[in-house]
Amino acid sequence: MKSPLVTEAVFHIGPVAVSEPVVATWAIMAALGLGGYLATRRLRFVPNGPQAFFELLVESVDSQILDTMRVEPAPYRAFIGSLFLFILAANWSGLVPGAEPPTAHLETDAALAFLVFLAVIFFGVRAGGWLGYLKAFASPSPLLIPLNFVESLTRTFSLLVRLFGNVMSGVFVIGIVLSLAGLLVPIPLMALHLLTGAVQAYIFAMLAMVFIAEGLEPQASDKPKRGAP
Amino acid sequence: MNWLHFASIIGAAVAVSFGAIGPALAEGRAVAAAMDAIARQPEAAGAITRTLFVGLAMIETMAIYCLVVALLLLFANPLLA
Repeated sequence: MKSPLVTEAVFHIGPVAVSEPVVATWAIMAALGLGGYLATRRLRFVPNGPQAFFELLVESVDSQILDTMRVEPAPYRAFIGSLFLFILAANWSGLVPGAEPPTAHLETDAALAFLVFLAVIFFGVRAGGWLGYLKAFASPSPLLIPLNFVESLTRTFSLLVRLFGNVMSGVFVIGIVLSLAGLLVPIPLMALHLLTGAVQAYIFAMLAMVFIAEGLEPQASDKPKRGAP
Repeated sequence: MNWLHFASIIGAAVAVSFGAIGPALAEGRAVAAAMDAIARQPEAAGAITRTLFVGLAMIETMAIYCLVVALLLLFANPLLA
Protein backbone atom coordinates (compact mmCIF):
# COMPACT_ATOMS: atom_id res chain seq x y z
CA MET A 1 0.00 0.00 0.00
CA LYS A 2 1.21 3.49 -0.81
CA SER A 3 2.52 5.40 2.16
CA PRO A 4 0.52 8.56 2.97
CA LEU A 5 3.66 10.27 4.19
CA VAL A 6 5.55 10.43 0.90
CA THR A 7 4.68 12.29 -2.30
CA GLU A 8 6.07 11.50 -5.69
CA ALA A 9 6.94 14.09 -8.29
CA VAL A 10 4.65 14.23 -11.31
CA PHE A 11 6.94 16.33 -13.47
CA HIS A 12 9.92 18.65 -13.12
CA ILE A 13 10.23 22.36 -13.90
CA GLY A 14 13.98 22.76 -14.17
CA PRO A 15 15.41 21.43 -10.91
CA VAL A 16 12.12 21.81 -9.00
CA ALA A 17 10.00 18.68 -8.64
CA VAL A 18 6.25 19.32 -8.83
CA SER A 19 4.12 16.77 -7.01
CA GLU A 20 0.46 15.92 -7.35
CA PRO A 21 -0.74 17.96 -4.31
CA VAL A 22 0.92 21.05 -5.77
CA VAL A 23 -0.90 20.61 -9.07
CA ALA A 24 -4.18 20.08 -7.20
CA THR A 25 -3.49 23.21 -5.13
CA TRP A 26 -2.88 25.23 -8.30
CA ALA A 27 -6.12 23.93 -9.79
CA ILE A 28 -8.08 24.86 -6.65
CA MET A 29 -6.43 28.29 -6.52
CA ALA A 30 -7.29 28.91 -10.15
CA ALA A 31 -10.87 27.73 -9.67
CA LEU A 32 -11.38 29.87 -6.55
CA GLY A 33 -9.74 32.91 -8.15
CA LEU A 34 -11.78 32.59 -11.33
CA GLY A 35 -14.93 31.99 -9.31
CA GLY A 36 -14.24 35.06 -7.19
CA TYR A 37 -13.64 37.17 -10.28
CA LEU A 38 -16.80 35.95 -12.00
CA ALA A 39 -18.90 36.32 -8.86
CA THR A 40 -17.86 39.94 -8.25
CA ARG A 41 -17.87 41.11 -11.87
CA ARG A 42 -21.34 42.63 -11.96
CA LEU A 43 -22.30 43.59 -8.44
CA ARG A 44 -25.69 45.15 -7.90
CA PHE A 45 -27.18 47.01 -5.01
CA VAL A 46 -30.12 44.62 -4.91
CA PRO A 47 -28.46 41.21 -5.20
CA ASN A 48 -29.67 38.52 -7.57
CA GLY A 49 -29.33 34.77 -6.88
CA PRO A 50 -25.57 34.04 -6.93
CA GLN A 51 -24.65 37.38 -5.42
CA ALA A 52 -27.08 36.81 -2.56
CA PHE A 53 -25.44 33.44 -1.90
CA PHE A 54 -21.94 34.91 -1.78
CA GLU A 55 -23.12 37.81 0.37
CA LEU A 56 -24.58 35.25 2.76
CA LEU A 57 -21.20 33.48 2.82
CA VAL A 58 -19.28 36.69 3.53
CA GLU A 59 -21.79 37.74 6.18
CA SER A 60 -21.55 34.40 7.98
CA VAL A 61 -17.74 34.62 7.98
CA ASP A 62 -18.08 38.16 9.36
CA SER A 63 -20.47 37.10 12.11
CA GLN A 64 -18.19 34.20 13.10
CA ILE A 65 -15.22 36.58 13.35
CA LEU A 66 -17.29 39.06 15.35
CA ASP A 67 -18.52 36.37 17.74
CA THR A 68 -15.16 34.68 18.23
CA MET A 69 -12.68 37.55 18.18
CA ARG A 70 -14.92 40.40 19.37
CA VAL A 71 -13.30 42.84 16.95
CA GLU A 72 -14.23 44.57 13.73
CA PRO A 73 -14.12 41.74 11.15
CA ALA A 74 -12.92 43.76 8.14
CA PRO A 75 -9.10 43.31 8.55
CA TYR A 76 -9.41 39.56 9.11
CA ARG A 77 -12.16 38.71 6.63
CA ALA A 78 -9.86 38.09 3.68
CA PHE A 79 -7.43 35.82 5.51
CA ILE A 80 -9.96 33.77 7.48
CA GLY A 81 -12.40 33.56 4.58
CA SER A 82 -9.80 32.39 2.10
CA LEU A 83 -8.43 29.87 4.59
CA PHE A 84 -11.91 28.44 5.07
CA LEU A 85 -12.81 28.41 1.38
CA PHE A 86 -9.49 26.92 0.32
CA ILE A 87 -9.51 24.12 2.89
CA LEU A 88 -13.16 23.36 2.14
CA ALA A 89 -12.48 23.20 -1.60
CA ALA A 90 -9.34 21.13 -0.98
CA ASN A 91 -11.11 18.65 1.28
CA TRP A 92 -14.01 18.25 -1.09
CA SER A 93 -11.77 18.00 -4.18
CA GLY A 94 -11.44 14.30 -3.31
CA LEU A 95 -14.88 13.88 -4.87
CA VAL A 96 -13.45 14.55 -8.32
CA PRO A 97 -12.60 11.12 -9.76
CA GLY A 98 -8.87 10.52 -9.81
CA ALA A 99 -8.06 13.52 -7.66
CA GLU A 100 -6.76 13.31 -4.12
CA PRO A 101 -7.27 16.15 -1.62
CA PRO A 102 -4.03 18.16 -1.35
CA THR A 103 -4.73 18.50 2.37
CA ALA A 104 -4.25 14.73 2.70
CA HIS A 105 -0.52 15.38 2.35
CA LEU A 106 1.68 16.81 5.03
CA GLU A 107 3.20 19.62 2.95
CA THR A 108 -0.02 21.50 2.16
CA ASP A 109 -1.13 21.39 5.78
CA ALA A 110 2.31 22.50 6.93
CA ALA A 111 2.11 25.49 4.59
CA LEU A 112 -1.37 26.42 5.87
CA ALA A 113 -0.37 26.09 9.52
CA PHE A 114 2.76 28.16 8.85
CA LEU A 115 0.56 30.84 7.28
CA VAL A 116 -1.52 30.93 10.45
CA PHE A 117 1.67 31.18 12.53
CA LEU A 118 2.84 34.15 10.46
CA ALA A 119 -0.62 35.75 10.54
CA VAL A 120 -0.69 35.62 14.34
CA ILE A 121 2.59 37.53 14.43
CA PHE A 122 1.52 39.95 11.68
CA PHE A 123 -1.85 40.85 13.17
CA GLY A 124 -0.42 40.94 16.70
CA VAL A 125 2.32 43.35 15.69
CA ARG A 126 -0.09 45.47 13.67
CA ALA A 127 -2.49 45.76 16.61
CA GLY A 128 -0.01 46.42 19.42
CA GLY A 129 3.43 47.00 17.90
CA TRP A 130 6.39 44.70 18.52
CA LEU A 131 6.45 45.59 22.21
CA GLY A 132 2.77 44.86 22.70
CA TYR A 133 3.07 41.60 20.81
CA LEU A 134 6.04 40.43 22.87
CA LYS A 135 4.30 41.56 26.05
CA ALA A 136 1.50 39.12 25.29
CA PHE A 137 3.96 36.28 25.90
CA ALA A 138 4.29 37.37 29.52
CA SER A 139 0.58 37.95 29.85
CA PRO A 140 -0.46 36.19 33.08
CA SER A 141 3.02 36.25 34.63
CA PRO A 142 6.59 36.50 33.31
CA LEU A 143 7.20 33.00 34.67
CA LEU A 144 5.12 31.63 31.80
CA ILE A 145 7.27 33.09 29.00
CA PRO A 146 8.91 29.76 28.05
CA LEU A 147 5.57 27.96 28.24
CA ASN A 148 3.82 30.56 26.06
CA PHE A 149 6.67 30.45 23.59
CA VAL A 150 6.56 26.67 23.32
CA GLU A 151 2.76 26.81 23.07
CA SER A 152 2.89 29.11 20.06
CA LEU A 153 4.99 26.48 18.27
CA THR A 154 3.12 23.38 19.41
CA ARG A 155 -0.29 24.75 18.58
CA THR A 156 0.90 25.41 15.03
CA PHE A 157 2.13 21.83 14.90
CA SER A 158 -1.14 20.48 16.27
CA LEU A 159 -3.06 22.56 13.71
CA LEU A 160 -1.03 20.86 10.99
CA VAL A 161 -1.34 17.36 12.40
CA ARG A 162 -5.10 17.71 13.03
CA LEU A 163 -5.96 18.67 9.46
CA PHE A 164 -3.56 16.12 7.99
CA GLY A 165 -4.73 13.30 10.23
CA ASN A 166 -8.41 13.87 9.63
CA VAL A 167 -8.31 14.24 5.86
CA MET A 168 -5.66 11.59 5.31
CA SER A 169 -7.46 9.05 7.50
CA GLY A 170 -10.67 9.67 5.54
CA VAL A 171 -8.90 9.10 2.22
CA PHE A 172 -7.11 6.07 3.64
CA VAL A 173 -10.24 4.42 5.00
CA ILE A 174 -12.06 4.94 1.69
CA GLY A 175 -9.10 3.39 -0.13
CA ILE A 176 -9.03 0.37 2.20
CA VAL A 177 -12.79 -0.22 1.93
CA LEU A 178 -12.62 0.17 -1.84
CA SER A 179 -9.89 -2.45 -2.05
CA LEU A 180 -11.87 -4.84 0.17
CA ALA A 181 -15.45 -4.38 -1.04
CA GLY A 182 -17.19 -3.47 -4.24
CA LEU A 183 -18.08 -0.34 -6.10
CA LEU A 184 -20.90 1.24 -4.07
CA VAL A 185 -19.82 0.23 -0.56
CA PRO A 186 -17.55 3.26 0.17
CA ILE A 187 -20.31 5.80 -0.59
CA PRO A 188 -21.49 6.20 3.05
CA LEU A 189 -17.85 6.68 4.07
CA MET A 190 -17.44 9.29 1.35
CA ALA A 191 -20.49 11.12 2.68
CA LEU A 192 -18.92 11.01 6.14
CA HIS A 193 -15.69 12.30 4.61
CA LEU A 194 -17.61 15.27 3.15
CA LEU A 195 -18.93 16.10 6.62
CA THR A 196 -15.48 15.71 8.18
CA GLY A 197 -13.97 17.92 5.50
CA ALA A 198 -16.46 20.71 6.15
CA VAL A 199 -16.05 20.45 9.93
CA GLN A 200 -12.27 20.45 9.66
CA ALA A 201 -12.29 23.53 7.42
CA TYR A 202 -14.54 25.26 9.94
CA ILE A 203 -12.34 24.23 12.87
CA PHE A 204 -9.15 25.29 11.12
CA ALA A 205 -10.58 28.75 10.41
CA MET A 206 -12.01 28.92 13.93
CA LEU A 207 -8.71 28.04 15.59
CA ALA A 208 -6.89 30.52 13.36
CA MET A 209 -9.33 33.18 14.64
CA VAL A 210 -8.78 32.13 18.25
CA PHE A 211 -5.00 32.23 17.88
CA ILE A 212 -5.05 35.61 16.13
CA ALA A 213 -7.39 37.01 18.78
CA GLU A 214 -5.01 35.80 21.49
CA GLY A 215 -2.14 37.65 19.86
CA LEU A 216 -4.05 40.93 19.72
CA GLU A 217 -3.76 43.50 22.44
CA PRO A 218 -5.88 42.55 25.48
CA GLN A 219 -7.69 45.90 25.64
CA ALA A 220 -8.50 45.71 21.93
CA SER A 221 -10.05 42.26 22.19
CA ASP A 222 -11.91 42.83 25.47
CA LYS A 223 -14.58 45.26 24.47
CA PRO A 224 -17.21 43.83 22.15
CA LYS A 225 -17.98 46.09 19.22
CA ARG A 226 -21.36 44.99 17.98
CA GLY A 227 -22.11 46.26 14.51
CA ALA A 228 -25.22 45.16 12.67
CA PRO A 229 -27.21 42.56 14.60
CA MET B 1 10.64 -10.27 8.64
CA ASN B 2 12.35 -9.98 11.99
CA TRP B 3 10.89 -9.22 15.40
CA LEU B 4 11.20 -5.47 14.81
CA HIS B 5 8.53 -5.67 12.10
CA PHE B 6 6.18 -7.56 14.39
CA ALA B 7 6.84 -5.14 17.22
CA SER B 8 6.11 -2.17 14.91
CA ILE B 9 2.82 -3.61 13.69
CA ILE B 10 1.67 -4.52 17.20
CA GLY B 11 2.84 -1.15 18.47
CA ALA B 12 0.80 0.63 15.78
CA ALA B 13 -2.33 -1.37 16.60
CA VAL B 14 -1.91 -0.78 20.32
CA ALA B 15 -1.28 2.94 19.79
CA VAL B 16 -4.50 3.43 17.83
CA SER B 17 -6.71 1.13 19.88
CA PHE B 18 -5.72 2.38 23.31
CA GLY B 19 -5.14 5.92 22.15
CA ALA B 20 -8.73 6.11 20.91
CA ILE B 21 -10.26 5.18 24.28
CA GLY B 22 -9.43 8.38 26.11
CA PRO B 23 -10.57 10.83 23.39
CA ALA B 24 -13.75 8.76 22.85
CA LEU B 25 -14.74 9.02 26.51
CA ALA B 26 -13.77 12.68 26.61
CA GLU B 27 -15.76 13.56 23.47
CA GLY B 28 -18.77 11.73 24.85
CA ARG B 29 -18.58 13.70 28.07
CA ALA B 30 -18.11 16.98 26.22
CA VAL B 31 -21.08 16.40 23.90
CA ALA B 32 -23.26 15.27 26.81
CA ALA B 33 -22.38 18.40 28.76
CA ALA B 34 -23.08 20.59 25.73
CA MET B 35 -26.47 18.89 25.17
CA ASP B 36 -27.30 19.46 28.82
CA ALA B 37 -26.34 23.13 28.52
CA ILE B 38 -28.37 23.61 25.33
CA ALA B 39 -31.40 21.91 26.91
CA ARG B 40 -31.18 24.27 29.88
CA GLN B 41 -30.51 27.39 27.84
CA PRO B 42 -31.54 26.99 24.20
CA GLU B 43 -30.90 30.64 23.37
CA ALA B 44 -27.15 30.14 23.96
CA ALA B 45 -27.00 27.21 21.51
CA GLY B 46 -24.86 29.10 18.99
CA ALA B 47 -22.09 30.01 21.40
CA ILE B 48 -22.15 26.58 23.03
CA THR B 49 -21.92 24.78 19.70
CA ARG B 50 -19.02 26.93 18.57
CA THR B 51 -17.08 26.34 21.77
CA LEU B 52 -17.97 22.65 21.62
CA PHE B 53 -16.50 22.33 18.13
CA VAL B 54 -13.24 23.94 19.14
CA GLY B 55 -13.05 21.78 22.25
CA LEU B 56 -13.82 18.63 20.30
CA ALA B 57 -11.08 19.52 17.83
CA MET B 58 -8.63 19.85 20.72
CA ILE B 59 -9.69 16.50 22.18
CA GLU B 60 -9.66 14.81 18.83
CA THR B 61 -6.07 15.88 18.28
CA MET B 62 -4.98 13.31 20.86
CA ALA B 63 -6.49 10.49 18.81
CA ILE B 64 -4.98 11.95 15.66
CA TYR B 65 -1.55 12.00 17.31
CA CYS B 66 -1.92 8.29 18.02
CA LEU B 67 -2.90 7.72 14.39
CA VAL B 68 0.14 9.63 13.18
CA VAL B 69 2.40 7.64 15.51
CA ALA B 70 0.91 4.42 14.12
CA LEU B 71 1.48 5.63 10.57
CA LEU B 72 5.07 6.55 11.39
CA LEU B 73 5.59 3.06 12.80
CA LEU B 74 4.10 1.41 9.72
CA PHE B 75 5.37 3.59 6.86
CA ALA B 76 8.30 5.69 8.05
CA ASN B 77 9.84 3.60 10.79
CA PRO B 78 13.33 4.98 11.48
CA LEU B 79 14.41 1.68 13.06
CA LEU B 80 13.66 -0.34 9.95
CA ALA B 81 15.33 1.99 7.47
